[in-house]
Amino acid sequence: MAGRTVTRADLSEAVYQRVGLSRTESAALVEAVLKELCDCLARGETVKLSSFGSFVVRSKGERIGRNPKTGVEVPIEPRRVLVFKPSNVLKARINGGGEGE
Amino acid sequence: MIKSELVARLAEQNPHLYQRDVENIVNAILDTIADALARGDRVELRGFGAFSVKRRDARTGRNPRTGETVSVSQKVVPVFKTGKEMRMRLNGGVDDQVGK
Repeated sequence: MAGRTVTRADLSEAVYQRVGLSRTESAALVEAVLKELCDCLARGETVKLSSFGSFVVRSKGERIGRNPKTGVEVPIEPRRVLVFKPSNVLKARINGGGEGE
Repeated sequence: MIKSELVARLAEQNPHLYQRDVENIVNAILDTIADALARGDRVELRGFGAFSVKRRDARTGRNPRTGETVSVSQKVVPVFKTGKEMRMRLNGGVDDQVGK
């Protein structure tokens, strides 16, 4: 496996190549898309992106955790976590296939 | 929110673009992420999170309904790790990272 890291710059470049906007505007739109996703999730809303996957905010209850190094018990506060559920299309694409299982 | 709603919102904020262009932009972003993962690359988006892939070894599974054993071949699964800033936003500005 390669080990390259793709960043915002690569996403902007892809938008620039594909849509024909200026580089500056492509970067601004990548930012706008991410902002829209983050804002929506911060409100606790689920985001479903067809053929890619969905992002769901889950609420976790309080539980007792343990510091693995010292063994000291610590309460873990109730919190909200973000989980990503990849679509079958994405899973198939990553496994070199065409469609879902 | 679903993809078409995302596109509609962005189109509203960018009246100089056609809805079709906005759709292409969103798809270009998602395709770039998917292609990167298909190559085994990592995708890091500060403020949001990082996508990467993990290999799952072949294993013998069981059909939960019939109890029959089935062999599951080796596969690669995409994983997403929420970024620090996003995690804080979900929890009212407090970093909830376990162990910190």
